[in-house]
Amino acid sequence: MRVEAGEVIALVGRNGSGKSTLMRAISTALRPTRGTATVYGNDIRTDPGGVRELTAMIGHATGVYEDLTVTENLHFACRMAGESTDPKRLLEALERVGLAHEANERGRNLSAGQQRRIALARVFLRPVRLLLLDEPYTSFDDEGVARVNEALADLRRRGGAGIVITHDFERVRTAVDRTVRIDNGVLIDAHAGPPMKQDFPKKVGHG
Amino acid sequence: MGAVAWKDLAVERRTKANFNAVVFFAALTMLLFGFALGADTEALKAASGGVLWLTVLFSGVLVFNRSYQTELETGALEVLLMYPGERWSIFAGKFLANLAFVLLVEAVILPLAVVLYHMPLLNAPWSVLMIMLLGTIGFVTLGTFYAAMASRVRSREVLLPLLLFPMLVPVLIAAVQATSALLNGDAMGDSRTWVRLLVVFDLIFFVAALLAFEHVIEG
Repeated sequence: MRVEAGEVIALVGRNGSGKSTLMRAISTALRPTRGTATVYGNDIRTDPGGVRELTAMIGHATGVYEDLTVTENLHFACRMAGESTDPKRLLEALERVGLAHEANERGRNLSAGQQRRIALARVFLRPVRLLLLDEPYTSFDDEGVARVNEALADLRRRGGAGIVITHDFERVRTAVDRTVRIDNGVLIDAHAGPPMKQDFPKKVGHG
Repeated sequence: MGAVAWKDLAVERRTKANFNAVVFFAALTMLLFGFALGADTEALKAASGGVLWLTVLFSGVLVFNRSYQTELETGALEVLLMYPGERWSIFAGKFLANLAFVLLVEAVILPLAVVLYHMPLLNAPWSVLMIMLLGTIGFVTLGTFYAAMASRVRSREVLLPLLLFPMLVPVLIAAVQATSALLNGDAMGDSRTWVRLLVVFDLIFFVAALLAFEHVIEG
């Protein structure tokens, strides 16, 4: 399986087909038992640090610290990533995800959708070249969906690559270039053209 | 490293629930040991070093468990592991935050030991404080490391003391012996040997934990 720079793909398959496992292995959150992958030349097994420099992932969990404010969550993310913690940057990221008015709210006072927006804002604060999104539309309203797709479009413009796991054909169809289908951890089909509805399993759930 | 320590302390400062609970638990433990030992002042004084360290150990386990609980609540651990940078810096940050937390708890229970156990702290106050610091460094190093190991297990609250306490025996013996020697005047200079041992334990445990952390924290 290969994803080119400037390309965003949808990774589809039935529940339990190994989509999330593959994604977590690429992000280095999970150490693969066999096989390997490279991210812009960095091997996930031998150079996980190099991969993490270039990669961001939004998984099922938001990773929001509920006792910190929204701004403090972003401040922490920037410090961990070695990025500037300039308050203007943090505010810009919050404006991009529509959370500027909640900047001083604690994480626990936010809805699930708003917490996912914090996860998206974290991505905007880093110059990532590979974005991994696992069910990114969960808990999002139409505006949230638009902001996720905007992030993907921005990534593509910057020459980055993206992989999106979703069962939601309607929401993702304009955001990705092609579809890759896997089953039981094995690549079974890769379309060259835009995604087609029949590639997406009807049953909704996490893979 | 600094970011993780700042975040852990900021979360704790915000809620204060954990600190209050740990201090209350520590005070209660100390009181119960006192009931078990009886009213004999000399017996209480002789046991004060051991009681102090056992109280620190029992209450510290609550601190370590909580340290990773925060990361698990919203899946933050996975996000934390995906930031660029070395994994040992996460350990070092958690170590610093836990060290500050346990030292704060000790600042409350040490005066309590003086009152309840007639602990002769004024015999060698600075030396005892130094032993407290050295012993706490070893204790927190192992506690932070084993809490990371237990963090992904469902029964982590039970598993942590089972893993931690046997490993703490050398630190506990050295810390109790050094504290007791100093409190009793240390006429033979015994405490120096125990201090050297504590320093060696601290160094070995800290370096080993830094190196091994990456392997225990990954899922």
